[in-house]
Formats: sequence, C-alpha cells, structure tokens
Amino acid sequence: MLSPTQVAQPVSFSFDTESEAELTMLIARYPAGKQASAVIPGLYVVQNQMKRHTGSAWVPVKGMDVLAEKLGMAPIRVYEVATFYYMFNMAPIGKYHLQLCTTTPCWLRGSDEIVAACRVATGIKGWKETSADGMFTMTEVECVGACVNAPILQVDDDFYEDMNGERTTALLAALRRGETPKMGSTIGRQTSAPEGGPTTLLFAPEA
Amino acid sequence: MLQDKDRIFTNLYGVHDPLLAGARTRGDWDGTAAILARGRDAIVDEMKKSGLRGRGGAGFPTGLKWSFMPKQSERPCYLVVNADESEPGTCKDRDILRHDPHKLVEGCLVAGFAMGACAAYIYVRGEFYNEGRMLQAAVDEAYAAGLIGKNACGSGYDYDVFVHRGAGAYICGEETALIESLEGKKGMPRMKPPFPAGVGLYGCPSTVNNVESIAVAPTILRRGADWFLSLGRPNNSGQKLFCISGHVNKPCNVEEELGIPLRELIERYAGGVRGGWDNLLAIIPGGASVRLIPKSICDDILMDFDSLRNVRSGLGTAAVIVMDKSTDLIAAIARLSKFYMHESCGQCTPCREGTGWMWRVMTRMTEGRATIQEIDTLEQVTRQVEGHTICALGDAAAWPIQGLIAHFRPMMEERISAYKARISSPSRMAAE
Repeated sequence: MLSPTQVAQPVSFSFDTESEAELTMLIARYPAGKQASAVIPGLYVVQNQMKRHTGSAWVPVKGMDVLAEKLGMAPIRVYEVATFYYMFNMAPIGKYHLQLCTTTPCWLRGSDEIVAACRVATGIKGWKETSADGMFTMTEVECVGACVNAPILQVDDDFYEDMNGERTTALLAALRRGETPKMGSTIGRQTSAPEGGPTTLLFAPEA
Repeated sequence: MLQDKDRIFTNLYGVHDPLLAGARTRGDWDGTAAILARGRDAIVDEMKKSGLRGRGGAGFPTGLKWSFMPKQSERPCYLVVNADESEPGTCKDRDILRHDPHKLVEGCLVAGFAMGACAAYIYVRGEFYNEGRMLQAAVDEAYAAGLIGKNACGSGYDYDVFVHRGAGAYICGEETALIESLEGKKGMPRMKPPFPAGVGLYGCPSTVNNVESIAVAPTILRRGADWFLSLGRPNNSGQKLFCISGHVNKPCNVEEELGIPLRELIERYAGGVRGGWDNLLAIIPGGASVRLIPKSICDDILMDFDSLRNVRSGLGTAAVIVMDKSTDLIAAIARLSKFYMHESCGQCTPCREGTGWMWRVMTRMTEGRATIQEIDTLEQVTRQVEGHTICALGDAAAWPIQGLIAHFRPMMEERISAYKARISSPSRMAAE
C-alpha cells in the first residue's frame, strides 16, 4: 500500500452539492460542538465523491484537509483516523474493489480458491494492487461477518456469498462486461438459512 | 428444543418484509407505550429478573448493566449499540440489522428509556453497508410513524436514534474503543475505570450493549421474565442466535435455547459435520477469541456460558466454527493469530509486539520449523500478553493458541519432528 506521499495528489478538493447535503445531514446527528464525530462518515463522503468524479474511490490529502476545516479539526486528527481504519483507501484503486476474506471461517470453506481465481482473472500478483487495465484492486480483508455464507468475496459494498473458484471467475467476467450480478448467496440460498431452505420458522406469518 | 412460537427473531432469514408493516405483523411496536408506562425501575427489574446475559460475548447481566446508569444526571445520557460485529465466525447481528431492524429500534427506545438516555447511537461496522441502509430505513420509518423522536410512541418521552457507520476495525467492538471511534478518534480502548456508565460517550454516562441484547428486550418485556426464564438453563436463561460455520454440511444461523447440546445443534440444524460426527477434529464454540475444544469434549458439551467456561472455553458470541479431520489445525489457529496482529490497535506493547511475535512463531509451527521447547516458549509468551493489556484483545489473541497447545500439543510436536526428519539438520532458534 502506497503512503499518501507516494501518490500523485490532486492540487485541490472541494465538496460538490451532493456531498455538502450529505455532510449537513451527517453532522446534524451529533450534539452541537461534537461534529468531530462525523469524521468517519465524512471520510466516506470524500471517498465516494472521488469515485463519482474520477471513477476511483480514494481519499486524497486535500480531501482530508477540507473535511478537517469543515469539522473544525486539526488536519492531523483526520489523517490519523483515515489511516487507522482499514476501509479508507489512501491511494487510487481500480473500478471494482475486490475484498477477499481469508480469515479462518472463510479459509475453512475454500477462500484460497477464490484468491487464486481472482489472481488468474485479473493478473494481480500481490495485495492492494490494481490490475493493468485499472478494473480491479485486490485487498485481503479480515472477517467481514457473514461466516455461515463463507467464503465471501466483497465487491465494493456488496457481499457475494457461498463462492467457489468457478463462480468467482464468472462474477469477474460479468463485472468486466459492466453487469452488476445480484449480491448475496451465489447458490440460491435464502440468506443465512441452511442450504435447501429453512428448517425452522416454517409457519405462515400471522395476519 | 425451541419451538417456533418461542422464537424471537421470526424473520431471521428475511423471508418476510423487514420493514414496519411486516414488523408490526410480527408483534414489534405492540404496546410499546404501555411498556414505557411501567417506569424505568420496573423495566430494569424485569430485565434483571429475566436473567438475560449480554449477547456480545462476555455474558454480563444486561439488566444489571442498565442499573449502573445514574438515576439523576445533569449531563445527557446515551445508549450506544454495538453493531460492529467482527468476531470471526459471527454473523448474527447482521441478520437482525437487515431482516428484523425494528426489533433493534424498538429495543433502543425501551432500553434507552430504562436508563434515562436521550438518544441511542448504533455503531454499525463499515462492511455492513447494505445492512446499515436497511437499519436506517427502519429508523426513518419509526420517526415518520412517531415511534421515536419527540413524544416517542405518545409516551411524552423524547428519544432519538442515530445510525453511525464504522470503517473496518475489529477493535471498535471493544466498548471504550467504540466510544472513542464514535467521538471521531482512532479506536483505541480507554482504561477502566472510569466505566462508561460514569464517563462514556462525550464524557457523559453511557451504556454499550450488543445488538442482540437490545433487540430481545422488547419481547422479554412483552412476554415477561418468567417466559424467558423458562427457556435455557439456570443462570443461562433464554434463547440465542447461533452461527454454525466451517466444515458442516449446511452452515446456517439458527435461534435455539441456551444449553442445547453442541452435537444436537450441529446435527439438527447444520446437516451434521462433513463426513459424519466421527470425522470431527475440533470446534471453536464461541467465535475466534475462545479456546477450541477437541471432539472428546464436543461429544456432550452444552452450549451455554457456564458449561463452556467449565471446560476453559466460552460461549462468546455463540459462533460455532467446526473443523473436520482434514483441517490443518495449526494453520487454522495461525490464521487467527494473523487476524489479531492485523487488528491490534498498537496501544499496549504486549499486544502490539506480542500478536506479531505469536503469528510469526505460529507460522513456523505450521511448517514444523521450530523446536519442541519453543512450544513452551510460545505458551509462556501468551501468558505474558494475557491480562497485561488495557482491553481484552491481548487475551483474545492468546487464548486460541493456549487452546491449541492444551489439546493438540502432540500434533505440534509431530509436525516439528516430521520437519526435522525432512531437513535432517538442527533447526535454528531464531530471535523472532
């Protein structure tokens, strides 16, 4: 992962109307004088605006500076938050962010196979690297919290569950074609119910 | 075995409408004003009587925790809901957020009222983007219907509920780290005391509760503490969401009574261990942070706080990670060591340095590139990390390794001997 000093940084950043509206709504959630609480939600606003404007979801230094000013924080306080939390990208990423869970519950169900399929399909060798065509960035993540549907491949904000190598290859091909396959279980399971359908809660809902 | 009529999370799998219209047909928001009319003390007493123990892992009595909040306070008080579900193996709160969010929102009102809070902040882990949106939709609906906000449910009580998105840090599931994060800082745990009930969010009295603990509260208050006590076992009352993952035929979430035998839980709901019960090697019964138990214990252990504590493991979040005989158990635990290394906040030296050291040694143990004596060194180091840090992450990093050594030391020794035989040169004791 590149540090902010190793990345070509935009010379300026300002919130667009969509971001401004979102920030106003976010800041209103916290008591007066406690607007620093909005720093994490605010960093998402920066990251999402970069995605809208440049196609790459990341947080440039100027964006952190503008957010710091907005929230009345010292810029360093925003930098340390942005670098402490794992979900803020301090360098540009590809169009799709492939986040591969390899923690034990996913590993037991074959996450190695998902990693291998992603590597073959994208040509990416390491972690936090972007494919030559700029389509994909691969990140190894820790448990994403969907373990009964392991293994999980998280693409941007969506979980693709019950994955295997073959379905991973198909998913990446679909993304390349500009499609957005339905998130959730890729073997047609009803969310976290056992395969084949629920064995509890079989009554009809009360009218 | 829990009957469907006694299940609380009747939309666990999202078959039905998760939003307000559907939630009302499942009994949510039924007579909430009447519950509030009972008064703070009556609600807390009923919760204490129910014996509900916190569902986030530690199992602290929920009613007792609520009673720590000041009766009178000059400062505002807050309820903080921990939806930073990140314990490997655990995915129960996710289903509550996306399929039964109104149980949580109603619980926030009832619990917040009982502790004199003016607002609830629900801290949802960043990865749960879609789940957070569903929760936000439920909160918006509840405001629009007058269930929360000014004069919530017509009770005369003003109460706000806010959703806050985290950004990918396991440590923020620790209550004081969560508060720090909510204040806009790095998620580094605080020293206790002072406890959050005295000095919590924004320096104000606060209580941090797990999603499941809050979401079951309205149903307990509606159906009564006696009903809840009739389920489960003494001192381990009620029902619980179990997450069964790993080497089972049909991994799933399911709601069951506390105290259900582990074997029954797996065979009845998760289609049994892959290759049959005799193919079982070991199980981590409560999320990554508890010590694993070998098959011999799994055969007849009951799934509740006290039974699992008695075998030096724990119920934790009731995330059952099953490993069959094909598993490289040392590698499985080494991967957990890597997890803790990644997630250590870096504040306390024993944890910051220890988690990395333990992972490096565990990596060598996986290959067998170590000496037999190093197993003892590793065990000693886990003891030096455990209990010597501000929060429990240090303990959580130590316990899986201790469990491995306690139950599978011969396997580790065998691996080392096999490596020696292969290399047939004395292995070096590296200064990691």
